[in-house]
Amino acid sequence: MSSSAYKSAILVLEDGSIFKGKAIGAEGISTGEVVFNTAMTGYQEILTDPSYAKQIVTLTYPHIGNTGTNSEDEESSQVWAAGLVIRDLPMLASNFRNEQNLDAYLQARNIVAIADIDTRRLTRILRDKGATNGCLLAGYIVSEDIEAAKAQALQAAKDFPGLVGMDLAKEVTCSSQYEWTEGSWQLGQGYDGQAPATNYHIVAYDFGVKRNILRMLRDRGCQVTVVPAQTPASEVLSMNPDGVFLSNGPGDPEPCDYAIAAIKEILETATPVFGICLGHQLLALASGAQTAQMKLGHHGANHPVQDEEQGRVFITSQNHGFAVDEASLPENLKATHHSLFDGSLQGIHRTDKAAFGFQGHPEASPGPHDIAPVFDHFIKLMSDRLR
Amino acid sequence: MPKRTDINSILIIGAGPIVIGQACEFDYSGAQACQALREEGYRIILVNSNPATIMTDPDMADATYIEAIEWQVLEKIIAKEKPDAILPTMGGQTALNCALDLDKHGVLEKYGVELIGAKKHAIDKAEDRELFDDAMVAIGLETPKHRMARSMEDALDAQKELGFPCIIRPSFTMGGSGGGIAYNKEEFEEICKRGLDLSPTNELLIDESLIGWKEYELEVVRDKNDNCIIVCSIENFDPMGVHTGDSITVAPSQTLTDKEYQIMRNAAIAILREIGVETGGSNVQFGVNPEDGRIVVIEMNPRVSRSSALASKATGFPIARVAAKLAVGFTLDELSNEITGGATPASFEPSIDYVVTKIPRFTFEKFPQAPDRLTTQMKSVGEVMAIGRTFQESLQKALRGMEIGISGLDPVHDIESSDADNILLRELKEAGCDRIRYVADAFRKGMSVEELFEHTAIDRWYLIQIEDIILEEKALANEGISALDKDFLFRLKRKGFSDKRLADILHVDEHLIRNKRYELDIRPVYKRVDTCAAEFRSTTAYMYSTYEEECEAEVSDREKIIVLGGGPNRIGQGIEFDYCCVHAALAMREMGYETIMVNCNPETVSTDYNISDRLYFEPITLEDVLEIVHIEKPKGVIVQFGGQTPLKLVTSLEELGVPIIGTSADAIDRAEDRERFQKMIQKLGLLQPPNATVRSLEQAITEADNIGYPLVVRPSYVLGGRAMEIVYNEAELKRYIKEAVQVSNESPVLLDYFLNSAIEMDVDVVSDGKQVVVGSIMQHIEQAGVHSGDSACSLPPYSLPMDIQNIIREQCVKMAIELGVVGLMNAQLAYQDGEVYIIEVNPRASRTVPFVSKCIGVSLAKIAAKCMVGISLKELGFTEEIVPTFYSVKEAIFPFNKFPGVDPILGPEMKSTGEVMGTGSTFAEAYYKSQSFSAMNIKQGGKVFISVRDADKAELPEVAKSFHDLGFQLIATKGSADVIAKAGLPVEKVNKVMEGRPHIVDMLKNDQIDLIVNTTEGRQAIADSATIRSTALRHSVYCTTTIASAKAVCDAFIFGGDISVNSLQDLTASVQ
Repeated sequence: MSSSAYKSAILVLEDGSIFKGKAIGAEGISTGEVVFNTAMTGYQEILTDPSYAKQIVTLTYPHIGNTGTNSEDEESSQVWAAGLVIRDLPMLASNFRNEQNLDAYLQARNIVAIADIDTRRLTRILRDKGATNGCLLAGYIVSEDIEAAKAQALQAAKDFPGLVGMDLAKEVTCSSQYEWTEGSWQLGQGYDGQAPATNYHIVAYDFGVKRNILRMLRDRGCQVTVVPAQTPASEVLSMNPDGVFLSNGPGDPEPCDYAIAAIKEILETATPVFGICLGHQLLALASGAQTAQMKLGHHGANHPVQDEEQGRVFITSQNHGFAVDEASLPENLKATHHSLFDGSLQGIHRTDKAAFGFQGHPEASPGPHDIAPVFDHFIKLMSDRLR
Repeated sequence: MPKRTDINSILIIGAGPIVIGQACEFDYSGAQACQALREEGYRIILVNSNPATIMTDPDMADATYIEAIEWQVLEKIIAKEKPDAILPTMGGQTALNCALDLDKHGVLEKYGVELIGAKKHAIDKAEDRELFDDAMVAIGLETPKHRMARSMEDALDAQKELGFPCIIRPSFTMGGSGGGIAYNKEEFEEICKRGLDLSPTNELLIDESLIGWKEYELEVVRDKNDNCIIVCSIENFDPMGVHTGDSITVAPSQTLTDKEYQIMRNAAIAILREIGVETGGSNVQFGVNPEDGRIVVIEMNPRVSRSSALASKATGFPIARVAAKLAVGFTLDELSNEITGGATPASFEPSIDYVVTKIPRFTFEKFPQAPDRLTTQMKSVGEVMAIGRTFQESLQKALRGMEIGISGLDPVHDIESSDADNILLRELKEAGCDRIRYVADAFRKGMSVEELFEHTAIDRWYLIQIEDIILEEKALANEGISALDKDFLFRLKRKGFSDKRLADILHVDEHLIRNKRYELDIRPVYKRVDTCAAEFRSTTAYMYSTYEEECEAEVSDREKIIVLGGGPNRIGQGIEFDYCCVHAALAMREMGYETIMVNCNPETVSTDYNISDRLYFEPITLEDVLEIVHIEKPKGVIVQFGGQTPLKLVTSLEELGVPIIGTSADAIDRAEDRERFQKMIQKLGLLQPPNATVRSLEQAITEADNIGYPLVVRPSYVLGGRAMEIVYNEAELKRYIKEAVQVSNESPVLLDYFLNSAIEMDVDVVSDGKQVVVGSIMQHIEQAGVHSGDSACSLPPYSLPMDIQNIIREQCVKMAIELGVVGLMNAQLAYQDGEVYIIEVNPRASRTVPFVSKCIGVSLAKIAAKCMVGISLKELGFTEEIVPTFYSVKEAIFPFNKFPGVDPILGPEMKSTGEVMGTGSTFAEAYYKSQSFSAMNIKQGGKVFISVRDADKAELPEVAKSFHDLGFQLIATKGSADVIAKAGLPVEKVNKVMEGRPHIVDMLKNDQIDLIVNTTEGRQAIADSATIRSTALRHSVYCTTTIASAKAVCDAFIFGGDISVNSLQDLTASVQ
């Protein structure tokens, strides 16, 4: 396929850095925080992870789209990333599960995307400058008048308010309560494998939940009821759950006052609580700790996290731009895991309650499965309580 | 918890000589292990028989033993050094097998030595196919359907169950030695027979065929706390059926989704746990059915490997170094990731933001009788790795780094040939070493991706990218050079096209493209290999070129010296040159220069980013070197250490103003150009064998008559004696000229009178331009006519009179002064009938430099490098030749067992892949050790078969008497038997093969012969006796093909075998 088949695109950062490439997704404009992810596999899972709402993602591995896309690797019902930035879109997707090439997939979902730029240069800028906003402009507007396009994109990048103070959980959550019954994917069987009988009833707050979390809970014998982000605690507790799960999600945890209030209320009961990513941050806030935006968020599938109790190291999947400030932890909240990349806090556990959180992504998808045992800990807390 | 304090000394076992399947990647791993453990304060004892390695440099270990890697020898070393532990995972299969032997013979128990890095049960479980299979079943993983066989009957049974084709693999052999794919019963029986012979346990594994499946490798590291990381995933371009060492491979894996990749990752970790690899690196191989993703486990190696060296270079994560530290008790989180300057720990998984392609290098041309198809038995002798931002870029960079005269996907297929279509199909379906180029040619012919997939089973993801390269080539060819505007040329450069390839497509000279590129301001940038895809700042200057926006070279303003490496290993240019490059780099660092290494061979120590200040992992071509020089602006570029590869560039580089330091390009030409060289020899009043340079057949015949037969004939400018032959008459000369002129592209052919019973010498000297010091004189054991790289040699000479040695010294000094050598010079001389002849002179580092350096305890390469930046020998304190008081013998090691059917005779064309060294207080002891006789189990009093050429018959009685006195029974062919009988010795006559049965080959097949002395000359006689030597090879009968080496063998047997083991440190201390 010759490069002329695609229209032009530009990515402009708020600092004025400009990248010119070709438009491989939809035509149009998109603004957001620009982040990079160093995972070498799993672009489809990344695109459909609700935590990427309002973020333009650049993937550092140069060939993206090698395996195409398929209906099994979706982590939610839609693409949430505000745009995709890559070095090279391959000429052909090759995988026995491929259903649709990446460019067609992006176009069908109206996602703006750019290829053929020096993504390593972009990554180095983001690494050095920290959280940076940008604008992706693709299609005829770029070809028509490049100078005007640059100016428009720069203005849009500068106008983007940034994610601090932005409550996105509300925007990405489900509209109504539902039951989740599907277990994990298996080679040769897909999702057709028998999900086990249910032992525990879990209510999962959807702040932008990834499907694989729900699948892994289901694998462990849980009946999973997913509720919208703003569901009051009373409603949740009235279901008499064996445990409450707080999902991952996008944006700043601090403005999610409704969730913090609900979690506080739930923590007053003896119900085991488990939070992942945003859910972990919300648990911390509800317990009296503080969160802040990191200079450089974690986005990748190779992050070492050490468990404080046993010293074991787990390679984990990570995706967060905000973190719990360890210095702010109250007495009843202990640190259980740390990142070996930057020493940041990765896990917390209430000393007075059956409640804990993990900052990374134990559900992987994409990424290594090493830290999946934290799900088992949740199960153990529930079984201890029932005993 | 940090390192163990209950052990103080560790014995590291090396991999021995370079052979196919075990190359200098184990020098890289061994050298890293030595450094890693020494810096922790352990006393390191090292055993490796290979003197060409960096790891055997005396300052790499506390005690270095250049001794055979055999348990009997190791026992002596263990008794002497009393190590607390043995690390057997750094020296390939050789070291693992030796460790198992030490255990089996109770040596470990007797001396209380612990195996670290891999325990016996883990090695057994990984290597024994049945145990491995049970282990896989236990953790729910699938292996290919297979059966074990311990006899031909078993094997035939198994075959019935598995069908054809099926794959046969002998247990416990390296590089898949002896294995193969059988499509029919005849092939099956042949491979099984060979496999049963070769397997030390006489076991075969017969596998269902997974031909056409995709093949993957994961490099896993595990520590004692059960922390596991995957350092790198590798996907094979060539599907299953071709040994992974012979496959083009790509990192990271390209065509797995995250879900499939994680299944593989989990499986790899589960396998390490189940096998019981407690600490260290392992390699796990998988096959994947492209139709449904079904994954099967092929094998695992509980040690560092060729792939782990590749993975280390591909990611910047030093697996061997880390594995060594883990073996002494560290955990991954306690070690830092050095490439980021310790900003991150070693307990993470590298993320890469580029594509790595490795292409193997073959030398089938050296073994014309051997089948040249790629199978499950490894046959390649070296490899090239290239890094690019895309697959196309890395592929084309790797291709031009191969040094086989191509600069990209150059056409290979002769479409004019009458059988063109069939040839093309065969090359696609049954892979040979050029398959990728045939794939390109198929696209040139208009074949589609689908058709090619059908023929090759190469993943379409790769095929379409090759098709795209061909489409670009066609577009360029159609539009012509005027179409090369900035956009088009930049696009081509981004796809990895070299200037040379573009020039070839346009039929113009390379410099036109280069100038056009400069005009359009299209230059490569350099990106860093940093293990983390730029997530963290890297303090390490490990770089590759690409065509992008941002350059990260961060060039300093220090004074710099660039060392050009040797590229891929091949027969004739191997690890010895890497040794020299590394020493040059180290010497320049000592002198305070910023040192820059350029090389593209992932196996080597030179491409370890710790060796130089800056490493450019780039092909050694004019374009790539010029760009690095352009950006770095070095004070000097060293070309004389990397062998022929960088030397070939010297004239062009000098013309373009690159500051070459050391011996001038003109001096190099003066030594290499026969006519200029002859003038110099005459000027100095020295002797050459009568010779001539001829450019046509007629001229050759006339000149040959003037000189007289026999003649050594060869094309000019070759390394390793490529296409060199001895001809005895005009008919042979005619035949040769027709072939040679073809192979050497119209360059002239050289005729030299062949000194057929001369003693040959190798001399290495070093010069600062004013003073010349002889490094050493080595006397070859085999007489002239055997390539110097294939000949055993003794340092000091063992039978050459001192006055002749002195004449040789004088002559070499004269030549070095006349040529104006600054740095190293190697000369080959011959001594016959009282005269010394100059055979050839090379003003550059030679193959013998590391051997000499080990013997005399001084690094000649370092001294030479320092001379090249203007330090005098006097200032360096090296003004006199060092003549050791002990003997060292270097012996060549051959790959004949990988090429069944090949005649293992030695001749003027080099065939050896590696070398070993033996030392002793006498020549006999040193020779005995170099031949590994202790492991060979030759029965004294057995039968020796003798058949020698007429020229050797004068010396035959002496040799025969020695064997007789040693208690051997003599068996000889008629001519030789008559000579022996005349000397009054008992001898039994045996038929030559053409004389009727029973004949000598029958005796060999019946295992009635223990030793062979078979010397021969002339094309016909050699052909007639070839079955003797190839049968001997198959039956592992020691065979010597020169009378001189037969004498040395007798000396060694008289010595008897009570060997002493001495560390290099002790030996060289006695010298200085």
